[in-house]
Amino acid sequence: MQGILPYILRRLLWVPLILIAVSFIAFTVARFGPGDPISVAMGQFRDPEVLARVRHEKGLDKPVLDQYRIYVWNVLHGDLGESYRYGGRPVSEIIFPKMWVSAQLGLVALIITFGVGIPAGILAALRQGSWMDPAAISLLLFFRSVPVLITVPVMLLVFVLKLHWFPAAGWEGIFDKHIVIPALALSLPGIAGVARLMRATTLDVLKEDYVRTARAKGLPEFTVVSRHVARNALLPLVTIIGISLVTLLEGAFFAEVLMGIPGIGREAFDSVKSRDYDVILGLALVLAAAFIVANIVIDIAYTFIDPRVRYQRSGVT
Amino acid sequence: MAEAEAAVETTDEVTLGARRSPLGLALRRLLRKRIAVLALAFIAVFYFCGLFAPVVAPRSYTAQDLDHVFQGPSLAHPLGTDSLGRDVLSRVIWASRTTVIVTLATMVTGGLVLSVSLGLLAGYMGGKVDTAIMRVGDVFFALPGLPMLILINATLKPRVVEQAWIQNLQDWLRVDGLADYIVIFGALSLFAWVGGARVIRSQILALRETEYVVAARAMGASTWRVIFGHLLPNVSNIIIVGLSASLGAIAGTEIALTWFGVGIHDPTPSFGVMLYQGGSIRTLQAYPQLLLVPGAVVAALIFAFNLLGDALTDVLTPRAR
Repeated sequence: MQGILPYILRRLLWVPLILIAVSFIAFTVARFGPGDPISVAMGQFRDPEVLARVRHEKGLDKPVLDQYRIYVWNVLHGDLGESYRYGGRPVSEIIFPKMWVSAQLGLVALIITFGVGIPAGILAALRQGSWMDPAAISLLLFFRSVPVLITVPVMLLVFVLKLHWFPAAGWEGIFDKHIVIPALALSLPGIAGVARLMRATTLDVLKEDYVRTARAKGLPEFTVVSRHVARNALLPLVTIIGISLVTLLEGAFFAEVLMGIPGIGREAFDSVKSRDYDVILGLALVLAAAFIVANIVIDIAYTFIDPRVRYQRSGVT
Repeated sequence: MAEAEAAVETTDEVTLGARRSPLGLALRRLLRKRIAVLALAFIAVFYFCGLFAPVVAPRSYTAQDLDHVFQGPSLAHPLGTDSLGRDVLSRVIWASRTTVIVTLATMVTGGLVLSVSLGLLAGYMGGKVDTAIMRVGDVFFALPGLPMLILINATLKPRVVEQAWIQNLQDWLRVDGLADYIVIFGALSLFAWVGGARVIRSQILALRETEYVVAARAMGASTWRVIFGHLLPNVSNIIIVGLSASLGAIAGTEIALTWFGVGIHDPTPSFGVMLYQGGSIRTLQAYPQLLLVPGAVVAALIFAFNLLGDALTDVLTPRAR
C-alpha cells in the first residue's frame, strides 16, 4: 500500500483551496452585476433612504473583500444567505430539498446510462467487423450530439402530444410515469460515452491470453464474456462517472425547466431570471463542492480498484 | 453545392499530398473516409451560409409580416414563418452566422491562443511557471462550467454593454449585439483552454527531452526558436484533434446559454432563441416545425463536428488506429 496515503492526502489538501478560489470567483462575479441584491429586491419604486439603511444593515456598503470575508464566515456557519423571492427564507432551506429532487432524477438517469451503455458497448465490440458495430456507434454518437434542450421537446411532441403515453410535465417521485421522459432525455447523451469506452476496453480485454485460455478450455461464449471479459473491461468505467455526473447536471438545467420539475436546474433558471443573487451564489458553491468531492472520491476509489494508477500518477501529478 | 465544394477541396488536398508533408498525408487519409467528407461538406456549407448570411438569406431576420404568422412551408417562405411572421429560413441562416462568429472567436482565443501558449509555456518552462498555470487550470476545471457561465453572462454583460468603446466598435463593424458576442465568447474561451493546455503540456514534457530538442538547444537555439520551430510543429496533430473535438461543445454551449436567457438576445437571431420559442408546449402542439427546423440544423451541425472529430482522431493519432 505504499504511496496511497500521501496521494489521498495531497488530493484532499486541494479541496479547501479550490473551494476558496471557486467561491471567491463566484462572489466577485455576482457582486459585479447590475445593482446589488437589495436594490433588486426593492424593485423599481424605491426610497433611497431605506435603500441606504438596508444596505448598511446587510453590510453591502463595505468593500468587496470584507463582504467576501463575512460571506465565507456565514457559509462556514451554515448560512448561505437569504432569498428575496421567497420573502427572506434561508437559501439552504430552498436549495437542499431541490437538490434531493435533482439527485433522484440524476440517479435514475445514471442507472439508465450505464445499464444501456455497458451492454451496448460489449455487443458492439463482439460484433466488430460487421455492420452492427459502426451502426450502433454512429447512432449513439448522434444521440450524444443532440442537446437535451432539443431531445426533450421532441420527446414531448412524439410521446405526449401524438401518442399520449406520458403526462406532459410535473414531478411525482421516481416511481411514476412523469420521470420517464426527463430521465431518458438526460441519459441519452451519456450512453454514447459509456458505450464507446466500454467497446474500447472490451476490445483490449478480448486480446488477453486469459480470454483465449477460457475459450480454449471450452467455456460457453456467454460465460467467457460475462465472467472474463466484462469484469475486466468494467474497471476503467469508474473514471467516467465524474464526467457523466457533469453531463447529467448540465442536461438537468434544461430538462427540469422544460418538464416542470422542481429541482436545482429550474431553481437556477428562475433565480438567474430574477437576479436572486444569494441563491445563484449558493447554488454555484454547493454544486462546485459536490463535484470536487465526487471527483476526488472517484479518483481515490479507482486507486483502490486498480493499483496500477497509483504508480502512474505518483510521477506526474 | 456541397459536392462541388468537396470536389474543389479534394483536388487541393491531392496536390498537398504530392509533397508528402505529414499534414497532407493526414488530409488525404481523412478524405478517403466517406463519413468525414460528408461531415466536412455540411460544416463547409453551414459556415458559408453563416459568413455570407446577408447575401444568402432571402429576407432580413427582423422583417415581420403580421398578416402571415405561423405559416407552413410555402414558395414565399420555404420553411414557414414564426409568431411575428418572420421567415424561418432566413432566421436559421442568420442564426448560423451567430454560431459561426462564436465558434470561430472562441476557437481562436480560447482554443488556440490561450491553450497552446499556456500549454507550451507550462510544459517547456516547468517549475513555478508550470505549477502556476496548471493550478489555475485546476480551479477552472473544478468550476461547474454551465452554472459559472450563466453567472458570468448574467452579471458581467450589463457592465460590458455600458462601455462606450463597445458601442463605437459595434457601429463601426455593423454587427448588432456585439456586446452579447464578446461576453459569450470571452466566457467560453475562459473555460475552453484548460483541457487543451493539459494535453499539450504533457506532450511537451515528453518532447522536451527528445534528442532533436536537446540538439537544437546545444547549438544555441533561442527558447522561442525551440518552441516555435521544433515543439509546436510536433504537437500540431494534438492541437487539431483537440480543436475539432471541442467545436461541437462550444456551439452547443452558446445555444444553451442563449436558451437560458443569458446569451444572445432577440432580435439578434440565435438557435438558442429559436429553440426556446419553439419549445414551449403550446407552440409545440400547434406549430412543431418551429422547433423541428432549427433543432434539426443544430443536431446535424453538432453531429457533423463530432464525426469529423472522431475521423481526425483516427487519422492524426497513430495509436488509435
